[in-house]
Amino acid sequence: MMHTDTAPPGTEPIFHLEEEHHPETSTLLGFWIYLMSDCLIFAVLFATYGVLGRNYAAGPSPKDLFDLPLVALNTAMLLFSSITYGFAMIAMDKGRQAATQVWLAITGLFGAAFLGIELYEFSHLIHEGAGPQRSAFLSSFFTLVGTHGLHVTLGLVWLIVLMVQVTQRGLIPENQRRLMCLSMFWHFLDVVWIGVFTFVYLMGVLQ
Amino acid sequence: MFSNLDFTNLDLQKLVFGRLSLADIPYHEPILLVTFAVVAMGGVVVLGAITYFRFWGPLWRDWVTSVDHKKIGIMYIILALVMLLRGFADAIMMITQKAIAFGPSEGYLPPHHYDQIFTAHGVIMIFFVAMPFVTGLMNYVVPLQIGARDVSFPFLNNFSFWMTVAGAVITMISLFVGEFSRATWLGYPPLSGADMSPGVGVDYWIWGLQIAGIGTLLSGINLVATIVKMRAPGMTMMKLPVFVWTSLCTNVLIVAAFPILTAVLVLLSLDRYVGTHFFTNDLGGNPMMYFNLIWIWGHPEVYILILPAFGIFSEVTSTYCGKRLFGYASMVYATVVITILSYLVWLHHFFTMGSGANVNSFFGITTMIISIPTGAKIFNWLFTMYRGRIRFELPMLWTVGFMVTFVIGGMTGVLLAVPPADFVLHNSLFLVAHFHNVIIGGVLFGMFAGVNYWFPKAFGFKLDPFWGKMSFWCWLVGFYLVFMPLYVLGLMGVTRRTQHFDDPTLQPWFIAAACGAVLILCGILSLLVQIVVSIRNREALRDTTGDPWGGRTLEWSTSSPPPDYNFAFTPVVHDLDAWYDMKSRGYARPLNGFRPIHMPKNTGTGAIIGGLSVVFGFAMIWYIWWLAALSFAAIFIVSIVHTFNYNRDFYIPADTVVRAENERTAVLAGRV
Amino acid sequence: MSAETAHHGDEHGHHDGASHGSLSGYVTGFVLSVILTAIPFWLVMARPVESALWTGIIIMAFAAVQIVVHMVYFLHMNTKSEGGWTILALIFTVTLVVITLTGSLWVMHHLNSNMMPMSVHDMRHAP
Repeated sequence: MMHTDTAPPGTEPIFHLEEEHHPETSTLLGFWIYLMSDCLIFAVLFATYGVLGRNYAAGPSPKDLFDLPLVALNTAMLLFSSITYGFAMIAMDKGRQAATQVWLAITGLFGAAFLGIELYEFSHLIHEGAGPQRSAFLSSFFTLVGTHGLHVTLGLVWLIVLMVQVTQRGLIPENQRRLMCLSMFWHFLDVVWIGVFTFVYLMGVLQ
Repeated sequence: MFSNLDFTNLDLQKLVFGRLSLADIPYHEPILLVTFAVVAMGGVVVLGAITYFRFWGPLWRDWVTSVDHKKIGIMYIILALVMLLRGFADAIMMITQKAIAFGPSEGYLPPHHYDQIFTAHGVIMIFFVAMPFVTGLMNYVVPLQIGARDVSFPFLNNFSFWMTVAGAVITMISLFVGEFSRATWLGYPPLSGADMSPGVGVDYWIWGLQIAGIGTLLSGINLVATIVKMRAPGMTMMKLPVFVWTSLCTNVLIVAAFPILTAVLVLLSLDRYVGTHFFTNDLGGNPMMYFNLIWIWGHPEVYILILPAFGIFSEVTSTYCGKRLFGYASMVYATVVITILSYLVWLHHFFTMGSGANVNSFFGITTMIISIPTGAKIFNWLFTMYRGRIRFELPMLWTVGFMVTFVIGGMTGVLLAVPPADFVLHNSLFLVAHFHNVIIGGVLFGMFAGVNYWFPKAFGFKLDPFWGKMSFWCWLVGFYLVFMPLYVLGLMGVTRRTQHFDDPTLQPWFIAAACGAVLILCGILSLLVQIVVSIRNREALRDTTGDPWGGRTLEWSTSSPPPDYNFAFTPVVHDLDAWYDMKSRGYARPLNGFRPIHMPKNTGTGAIIGGLSVVFGFAMIWYIWWLAALSFAAIFIVSIVHTFNYNRDFYIPADTVVRAENERTAVLAGRV
Repeated sequence: MSAETAHHGDEHGHHDGASHGSLSGYVTGFVLSVILTAIPFWLVMARPVESALWTGIIIMAFAAVQIVVHMVYFLHMNTKSEGGWTILALIFTVTLVVITLTGSLWVMHHLNSNMMPMSVHDMRHAP
C-alpha cells in the first residue's frame, strides 16, 4: 500500500507549505453564525406570537394595554445606544482607548435605560392583572419581549466585562475582536427590536 | 418560578430539598434495584481500576481537559456506545413485554414503567447515541480531511462535549432518582403539561435535552466555521471530500434547527414552571402549535443524522472500490438540496392534525420530492461500485447492507408521505418500522461503517474482521427479523406505544420480533468482543503506514494515530482526492525543516461548567431553588472568569515535532 | 453553500473584510432609522391613513426597509465580508425565518378554520 515509495518522481507540484500556516481568525464568522441561530429563536417566538397573539381569553387586548409613547421612548433609547456603540467602534479603530471607554459607558447607560423602561412596563402590566399567566396573548408577549430584554441584559453584562478587560489590557487585537463581536450582538438586538415594535406594539394597537 | 414556594407556611425540608424526598428513590422496584446494583458495581470496578492504575491524573490532563478534536471525537463515540447499551436495554425490555403481554398475561412492565421506557428509548437513541456518534465522527475526521490542526474554537469543542455528557447524565439520573418522562420522546402537550404530568419526569426530559442541546448547537457553529475557514490551501469547495460536504450541511442544519428546539422547550418549561398558556387547553393556548414548532426542528434533525452517514458511505464506497466517487458534483448538489428541502416537509409528521387538504398536499409533495436527491445518491454509490475492484472489508459490508435496507425504508417513507395512506398508517407500528428502518439501516449502519473505517486511523490498529462480520450479520438479520413483522402488524392496524394486547393472533409476530431483538443483542455483544479482541491482537492488526485501506483523502496522509498537531506541514491540495493525487504523483514525505507548531492549550472550564449544569438541571427538576440559583450564578461566574484568561495557546517546540516525525520515518522504513 | 462563492474563501492573507464603518456611515444610518421609526409611530398614533389594513402594510414595509438600513449601516453587511459567507448565512437564515413564520401561520390558520369551536366565546366569533 506504500505508493509513496514506488511512484517515479516527476515534475513536482507543491504538496505542503514550508512556512507555518496561520488560518485567519474564525471568531467573527463564528459569532455571526451564532447570531443567525439566535434569529431562529426569535423566529419561533414571533411565530408563536403571530399564532397565539389574538387569543385574549376574554382578557385585555393590546389596545387596552400598550402605551405607545413609552414604546417610542424605549425605541429611542435603543437607537441612541446603537449609534453610540458605533462611535465607540470608530474610536477603537483610531486606537483611542479613553474615547472608546466613554462611548461604551454611554451605550451601557442607554441600554440600562431601555431595560429600566421595559421593567417598568412589565411591572405595570402585572400590577394591572395582565401578567403572563392571564392569556396566551400575554404569555407570548411577555416571552418575546422578555427574551429580547434578557439578551440586552446579557449584552450589558458583556459590555461591563469588556470595559474591565480594555482597562486591564488596552485595545489589544483580542479585545478589539471581542468589541466587534459585541458590536454585532448589540446591533442585532436593535434589528430584532424593529420587528418587536412593529409586529407586536404597532400592529397590536392597530387591530 | 417561585409559585410553588409558599412563604406563609415555610417547610424546612421543602426549602432544602424541594420536592425531593426518600420516597422518590425507587427501591421498591426490583428491576431498577437490580439495575442499580449492576451499575453501582460496574462503577466501583471502573473507579477502582482508575485509582489502582493511577489513571486519574492522565485522565484529567489528557482527556477531560483536552481541546484536541481527536480526543473529543473519541470521547463522543465512547459516550454513544455506553448510551447505546442503555437504549438497547430499554428496547429489549419493550419487545419482551410486547411478546408476552397477551390476554390474561399482563407482562412484567406496568404501564407507568413501560411508558417511561419507550420515552427513554427514543430520547436516548436519538440524542445520546445517534447525535454523539455523528458529532464524534465529524469531530475526529473533518479537521483531518481538510488538512487543519484543530477546529476553529477548540475550547468550545470541549465545552460542547461536556454539555452533551451533562444532558446524558441528567437523563441517567432519572433512572434512580424519581422517574423519567412518560410523555413520549417529543413530549407532546397537553400530556407533557403541568396538569397531566405534574411529576419530575417531563422536567428530567426538558433539562436533559436543553443542556445537551446547547452543546450540540455550539459544536455545530464550531464545525461550520472550521469547514469554512480552516481548509488547507487549494481546497476549494468543489474539492472538499464528500464527508466534509455532508458534515457542513449537517452542521448548517444543526445551527438552524437546534435553536428552534431550545425555544420550544423554553415555552413548554414556562407552561410548566411559570403557568403561562402556550400549549395548554385553556386561556387561549394551543397544543397543536407545539406539534408545529417541534417538528420544524424535528424533521431537519432526521437529516442532521443521516447526512453524515451518507458522507461516510461515499468515502467508504470510493475507497474500497478503488475509484473516484461517481458523480461528485451531483452528490454535493443532492446534499444541498436535501438540506434546504428538509425545512419544507415538517407537517408530514402530523397530517392527521386537521390542517386540511391544501396544506397536507403541499407537504406531501415536498416530502416525495426529497426522495429524488436521495435516490440520486443511491445510484451514485451503485455506479461507483460498477466495474470497481470491490474489497469487502467491514466498512464496505455495512455499506452494502445499508443500501439494501435503506431503500426499503425510503420506499415505506414515500408511502407514508401520501396523506390518505398516512391517515391509515399514522401512529401504527408501520411507522415505527419505517423510522427504525431508516435510522438503523441508515444512521447506525453508517456509524458502524465509519467506526470500522477510521478506527485504525484513531488507534493505529484495525478492528478484528471476524467479530466485525459476526456483528454485521447479527445486526442485519436481527434488524429484518424485528422490523418486518412490525410492518405487517402496522398494516393490520396495531398501534405503537401499546403495553398489552388482547388479540392472540398477533402474538407470533411479536415473538418473532423478540427473537430478532436477541439477534441484535448478539450483534452488540459481538461489537464489544470485537473491540476487546482487537485490543488484545493489536500487534497483529497494527497499521504502520497510516494508510491501511489505500485511502484517498488527507486523513490517510498522516500517521495512525495522528500526532497532536495532525500535520507537520500544512498540506496543499490540487485535486478532489488529495491524498490519492499526492500518492500517484510521487509525493515524498518531508524529513526536515520542521518548525514549532502553534496549538491551543487544554482547559478544565468546559468540564466544570458541564458539572455545574448537571447540578443546575437537577435543582430545577426538583424545585431546589437555592441550589438552582447558586449553580446558575456559579456557571455565570466561571464563564466570565474564563474570558479573563488570555493565555490560551502555546507552541509545540520544533524538537518535539522532529522527534515525532523521526519516529514515523523509522516506522515507515521498518516496514519497507 | 454554493460553489461560486467558494473561491473567495480561499484567498488567505487579505484582511478579514469586516469594515467597522465610518462616522458618516453611522450618522446616515442613524438619521434614516429615526425617520423610518418615527413615520410608523406617527401612522399608528395619529392614524392619517384610515384603513387599518393599509396602515399595517405600510408599517411592515417601513420595518423591512429599516432592517435593511441597520444591516447595511450598523452591521456593515456586504457581499464581500468573510468571502461572502456572512451574506450567504444571512440569506439562508432569512429564508428559514420566512419559512418558519409563514409556514406556522399558514398551517395553524388552516387548522383553526377546520376546528370545531372550543368554547362559547369562540363560537360567537366563528365566521
